[in-house]
Amino acid sequence: MKTYDAIVVGAGHNGLTNAAFLAKAGLDVVCVEKNDYIGGATVSRNLYKDWWYSNCSYVCSLLRPEIYRELELHKHGLQVTPYGGSVQFMENGDYYGSYHDEEVAYREMARFSRHDADAYKTYSADTMRQCRFIRDFLLSTAPDPTSFKPKDLMELARIGGKFMGMGEERMYETIRFWTMSVAEYLDEYFETDVIKAAFSGSGIIGTALGIHSPGTAYVLLHHYMGDVDGNVGSWGFARGGTGAVSKAIAGAYQAAGGELRTESGVDQIIVKNGKVTGVALENGDEIHGHIVVSAMDVKRTFLTCMNKSDLPEKFHKRVENFKIRGSSGKVNIALDGMPTFPALPEGSSLYHSDMHFIDSMERMERAYDDWKSGTWSQDPYIDMVIPTLSDPTMAPPGKHFMSCFVQYCPHQIDGRRWTQEEKEAFGATVINQIANYSPDFKDLILHAEIRTPQDIEDEIGITEGNIFHGELTMDQLLFNRPIPGYAQYRGPINGLYMCGSSNHPGGGIMAAPGANAAREILSDLRRPNTVPENWGDD
Amino acid sequence: MKHEPVHQGRLKSPFYSRLERLDTVNEWHQWKGYSSADQLYCSDTEYFAIRNATGVFDLTPMTKYRITGPDALDYLNRLVTRDMAKIRPGRVAYAVWCDDNGQVIDDGTIFHLREGEYRLCSQERHFAWLKAAAIGFDVTITHETDDVAALAVQGPTSYSVLSKMNLEGLEELKPFGLMHFDFQGSELMISRTGFTGDLGYELWIDPDKAEALWDALFEAGELHGIRAIGTTALEMARIEAGYLAAYEEFLPADETVRTGVSRSPLELGLDWLVDFKKPNFNGRRALAEEKRNGSTWRLVKLDIEGNKEAHHSYIFSNAKARGGNIGFVTSAVWSPVCKQNIALGTVKTPHGKPGDTVWVEIYYQREMHWNRKMAKATVVDKPFWFPPRRGATPPGPY
Repeated sequence: MKTYDAIVVGAGHNGLTNAAFLAKAGLDVVCVEKNDYIGGATVSRNLYKDWWYSNCSYVCSLLRPEIYRELELHKHGLQVTPYGGSVQFMENGDYYGSYHDEEVAYREMARFSRHDADAYKTYSADTMRQCRFIRDFLLSTAPDPTSFKPKDLMELARIGGKFMGMGEERMYETIRFWTMSVAEYLDEYFETDVIKAAFSGSGIIGTALGIHSPGTAYVLLHHYMGDVDGNVGSWGFARGGTGAVSKAIAGAYQAAGGELRTESGVDQIIVKNGKVTGVALENGDEIHGHIVVSAMDVKRTFLTCMNKSDLPEKFHKRVENFKIRGSSGKVNIALDGMPTFPALPEGSSLYHSDMHFIDSMERMERAYDDWKSGTWSQDPYIDMVIPTLSDPTMAPPGKHFMSCFVQYCPHQIDGRRWTQEEKEAFGATVINQIANYSPDFKDLILHAEIRTPQDIEDEIGITEGNIFHGELTMDQLLFNRPIPGYAQYRGPINGLYMCGSSNHPGGGIMAAPGANAAREILSDLRRPNTVPENWGDD
Repeated sequence: MKHEPVHQGRLKSPFYSRLERLDTVNEWHQWKGYSSADQLYCSDTEYFAIRNATGVFDLTPMTKYRITGPDALDYLNRLVTRDMAKIRPGRVAYAVWCDDNGQVIDDGTIFHLREGEYRLCSQERHFAWLKAAAIGFDVTITHETDDVAALAVQGPTSYSVLSKMNLEGLEELKPFGLMHFDFQGSELMISRTGFTGDLGYELWIDPDKAEALWDALFEAGELHGIRAIGTTALEMARIEAGYLAAYEEFLPADETVRTGVSRSPLELGLDWLVDFKKPNFNGRRALAEEKRNGSTWRLVKLDIEGNKEAHHSYIFSNAKARGGNIGFVTSAVWSPVCKQNIALGTVKTPHGKPGDTVWVEIYYQREMHWNRKMAKATVVDKPFWFPPRRGATPPGPY
């Protein structure tokens, strides 16, 4: 029976990226996927007539341009179109909009507070400074601070050098920033509740923390540090939905000779004599390989797909304790036409923006309280977009696809599986909140797909449906991600590697964990590196 | 003798009223005397209208001549370097024309409207040259820039938009083809041409019907993402398509002061446009000699590492800049659709063969301070952006 050079488990965007770089280095690679479609949570699905749903991830910003370019994703059909701005609808009938045009954005902010409008420049510079600091480390392996290997020492020196280079005051600021809450961070700049509420959303998306929880300032950064065409902080839509990203990466992978097998869920990663030898599939087949790279989250990899007896005891315990909590759901809607939002001026560019329906910090925190009590937010934070306003390929002309990311939404209700009634009630909560600001919205709904974290776990396989494959808190970042001592994509067993978002630098459609893991694997195999260097901002 | 005083200030195209209505940023420049928008609301969004939906650009100021008469074909064959006999009625040809030294005066498109009836479009004005070249031919050359209003309708949904305008047979129109239609009693000419390298069309009509055409077009395009665009967005698409622009990649030879600053078609990568099988055309002798002896310059398409745009950069054969520069960048842009740092440039032969590595000296500014980077670049021979939809006939829905 054939023995592959490498078996990559999971055809999400990180698994595919990893597989593509390995295949480009000349390795004989097979990538196995449990579903009958590829992409994992980076997927476009045809769930209703001619509509294509970005039914998990829905926007694109973090995808490393170095990887985009190296894999020539445009030649495999990927187009990422930026979209601008956001709007916060308010209970009093007003709204706060943020605009692409700097001066328009300023005037809008000054409508609420001239103080805040002027403070924004400093806020923006301070946040950008943190972005610059972290962006440099996205496309490199986090150094192990306990290691004396030259590579680790050099990388530590590089981080240290960058850090020291900030100067004393900014070093203090940076340490505070990495540990403080997004609410405290925003309080240092702004006085207007709705403006703070608007910015705070990025601090909690995808995490089971509230705006007052320590560490959420960093999460804000995670949503700011991406870019579209060099515009740091911009977001874009993949033409054809986010599935176009994984399709393009798969295209590059297959062009490099890689093999893709769908409907091939892995039951067990096989270990013999302290070394992995392949995988056993759910259908009973076995595939042999010299190495196995898991793109699954760390819990699924080690707790579900491996024998406990094959793993070091302490490692196993650490994996069990890894925080990966379901906190967000999705409601995906096919619309018969464009809903109107009477608060907005006709033809406003804000129709093309991210829409939100929470206008105060109090409401943001209350939404979290419901999650802590084991249920979904009755007044949720929704991040709503209508990509079909710029993408003609996802719905028939004049019709639309609406994606609602909803927070908070627990993995289970009071510790048990969701019932169908609860799921529908969750969907209704979301639809009603939007309908409060759009009277014709409900009548335009043709079909809605409601996805709880449980559904995402069941279908995609991500533990608790956590979009980042694990919380982005300091104890689970950089050399601590996923487990201290295992932050360089190597598992605790010979020949076993990890390339999913549970690894540095974390979740989002970034492709960096997959690429970084490929670099480490190729180095272990003494193969030429195919993974591009970070371009740097300077 | 009394005369109309010469028009002061900028001319307004027949589409101006519609552009003005959509304009939110008030950024205009002048193009051959006409007001032309840099951007109307946001050049980034306008660029993506071209690549994602449909962008509409007012190209009325483009210089246009009508060429008719029994000798029209012979005249054009004498004027331009390519064989115009192959361009049947209903077809369009990209062409260059040269002076007697084989140096390019301009490039442009020649529309074979009907048997023996042509329209020549170019960036620059060449009436004097066209007249001079016509000696001995029975042709009539008419300047018609202001008599024809024109729109470029470019992007993946452009066919979907136009298909809603009762234009029978448009689905059969191939790239570089043209067709005539009736639009409210006037003749509407549509060519499948453009400056974006994407699926796209150009619409040509009597200025009296310009506003009505615009309104019909935007009504048809409402559900297909139609947007008016300015020059900034178009320029980005132009570089991605690898097209030349006068005053960027070459200077009209008859307007140059210094010797050695003009270019021949062979030096612009346009060998395929020079047909030596033709017994005679302007510049033939000089070009034949250049072909024998080799050219001095070569136009290159560069794929440059990193993400810093290489505007006006010197090009070197090595990273240390030894031996002085071998040329310079003529147009540069970060390509949002290819996610590539691209440029067109001109280098001295034998440098710049496809596949060669060259080095580009890039200066860029970060918070007031200037930095310099020597970036590695690969010479490529294909356009940076060449989607399959560009050539599909009939075109797809998007």
